[in-house]
Amino acid sequence: MGLELPKYPEMEEDQVFNFTDSEIVSHVKQALASVLSGDNNSYNQLVGVMHHSKHLAPDEVALLETTLKALAGAVSSIDITYHDSLLSAIFCMSMWNYGPHVADALAELIVSLAISNGKYLDLCLGMLVSNFTPPPYFLDKLKMPHGLERKGQVLSRVHAAFKKIADYVPLAPLRLLTIVLQGMPTIYHKDRAIVIYVENMLKLESGEIGELVGSTILMAVVDRLIELDVEIGWDAILQDDFSKGIFEMELEDVDDIEESAEPDVGEFRLSRKSLAGNSIAELLDNLLVLTFEHLESCEREGRLAKVFETLLQSFQFVMFYACALDPENCGMRFATMLADLFVQDSQPQPTRMSAVSYLASYLSRAKFLAASSISSMLKRLVDWCLEYCEAHDGDINPNAHRVFYSGCQAIMYVLCFRMKVFVDVPRLKSELLIPLEQVLKHKLNPLKVCLPSVVEEFLRQAKAASLFTVCKTFIFDGLLESELSRAFGGLERLDTFFPFDPCLLKKCDSFIRPMFVFWSMVKPTHDDAFDDDDDDDGSSDDYLVQDFVNENEDIMNDEFGKSFDEQGVDMDDFDYALKKMSITPKATSNYKFGGRFQEPARMPSRIRPSTSPESL
Amino acid sequence: MEGLSVADANLLMYLHPSKSRNVSQSILRELGSLPFKFNETFDGVLLAYDVNILDKQAKILSGVHPYFGLRLKANLLLFSPKPDMLLEGKVVKLSQESIHVIVLGFSSAIITAENIHGEFKYRTKDKEELFASKSHKRHVIKVGTMI
Repeated sequence: MGLELPKYPEMEEDQVFNFTDSEIVSHVKQALASVLSGDNNSYNQLVGVMHHSKHLAPDEVALLETTLKALAGAVSSIDITYHDSLLSAIFCMSMWNYGPHVADALAELIVSLAISNGKYLDLCLGMLVSNFTPPPYFLDKLKMPHGLERKGQVLSRVHAAFKKIADYVPLAPLRLLTIVLQGMPTIYHKDRAIVIYVENMLKLESGEIGELVGSTILMAVVDRLIELDVEIGWDAILQDDFSKGIFEMELEDVDDIEESAEPDVGEFRLSRKSLAGNSIAELLDNLLVLTFEHLESCEREGRLAKVFETLLQSFQFVMFYACALDPENCGMRFATMLADLFVQDSQPQPTRMSAVSYLASYLSRAKFLAASSISSMLKRLVDWCLEYCEAHDGDINPNAHRVFYSGCQAIMYVLCFRMKVFVDVPRLKSELLIPLEQVLKHKLNPLKVCLPSVVEEFLRQAKAASLFTVCKTFIFDGLLESELSRAFGGLERLDTFFPFDPCLLKKCDSFIRPMFVFWSMVKPTHDDAFDDDDDDDGSSDDYLVQDFVNENEDIMNDEFGKSFDEQGVDMDDFDYALKKMSITPKATSNYKFGGRFQEPARMPSRIRPSTSPESL
Repeated sequence: MEGLSVADANLLMYLHPSKSRNVSQSILRELGSLPFKFNETFDGVLLAYDVNILDKQAKILSGVHPYFGLRLKANLLLFSPKPDMLLEGKVVKLSQESIHVIVLGFSSAIITAENIHGEFKYRTKDKEELFASKSHKRHVIKVGTMI
């Protein structure tokens, strides 16, 4: 049965009547009212107009537009029970199917409906939120100019509608927030839908009602990013293959990825190649790009500092980028927050250890941080470690002093990357290195417990820079980790946690790259230094270390600081460092660092959605 | 304006054990989720509060999760409008069918055409919509008027 084109009774095909708006409105009201008395004819015609959406001829379009406008004027006559078929027809309409005029009329109708009665508010907001994403058939057209135009047209009307509703119903943003969060596509939906949904969420954050809903929305976006991150090949990463050094070459030169040999059977190396086909990785990539672009626009509008407070709880490369955009304020705030977490006795151990790992990785990798900032942070860490040593007179014990060992490792790690900073400034050398030496030589023996690869590299650089003498020999045989380091690292392997290792995602990496310190950029040429020392009649201490170094030089050269250029790069051997990309260990639920530590508790000074759980 | 009242309340708040680390923050957060929603207990909408902890001791409830109960004394500002009360609000939108008003800055109210006094007639003057009184020429309701 075909759909009969409904006609208003007075309209004849050959005659053109000009009806005033109010006449049309009263006609519609009559149609609505007649339902109550049992006469459904005109009402059904109305519903029919709403349903007719595809391939509309111009006069059908005009009819639809007129009907919508009339309904907007007659909202007070709409009854939620009697007219439910009309209402469901309206709420199913998608602005993506229509041109600008109909979209306008539809938006107007939705706004009128929302403000006319509290009963319709949620439904109207829900309808608008469902217009964040186009109907399935349209998803492919999004990239084309016509699609983009339609997208701009729809989204601007949707967001304008939110603003209007919020003007007349002050508590609407609260409801909107709930609806937006509930409607968020999971990561298993078609990825283009979530990308455009997140785009809308970010638009809400920067829009006029952004102040009211912004921080919760940002957190929700970040949560989704974290979810995706955890999903990426985690099962594959759980291989215990730590044969590559931390300081091995990192992928810097994107263009030079060779088509190389297949990875060894039974091993899955996380590499840019292997991520390429991974749709989840692609999705994360796209979302991160969106987020970065959003941060850039926040910065341009001068809002970054405010947004940053929310972000402090969030995903690490997003943080990195935000800090890079404003090193003095945001950059330092991030570092300070991490340091604060580390020194607080009241925080749980894994939290403190993760915090200092984040801090170490951040201080090493952030190109945009001033030397003074880095040194002040380091000083804080060193001072804390020294205090700890003085308060604890025990022997080496990886389990009992986990936080201490992670602090020491952090210091050494940063110094591996930033040695130049300290060597050049004599004052720093004395302020920092004398206490550090005391720490390292203490009975607690951090040099033996911390990750061997870090210790080795640190000692090598320290020796080359003549920082201090080391009286014990540390023979690690090129071990990346040891029993002791595993012990202090614990189940979560916090001894090998370097969150800001190079970003593997192609698109967002282009944002991060310019502000990132790659190992090869700071890799010292300490081989030369060793040659010089050969001639010295050093003390027996130096000699021992040097012997050790000489013996293991080959191993070390293989493992450490091999620059990308030096050897025929086997890009397939994406090392260990990259496996550590954005670690959010699976046991994240226990101490979700990327999650929320402190939700600000504030008394609502204006209408603000609550961040507390409604009930526990 | 009727409907506003200040009340003294003795409250008993149950907190999850995880909140015991920072009790005052948790109390404020729980209370912070209450305003601007209708509350059965208070029979109205909570607008503002001032709270004092009565007792440093709290009783732990037995059960699967050992919640603990805190006694609080609070001063509450409540809004409980009832039929036939006189309320004041600001007009934000006018149309022939309805007048939209916002009361106390957070509550939206709508007066439909049937409920608008016959004395007022809908007019459009200089592209501005308004309701003008037939008897008093100067008495006009438009966007921004307090009614």
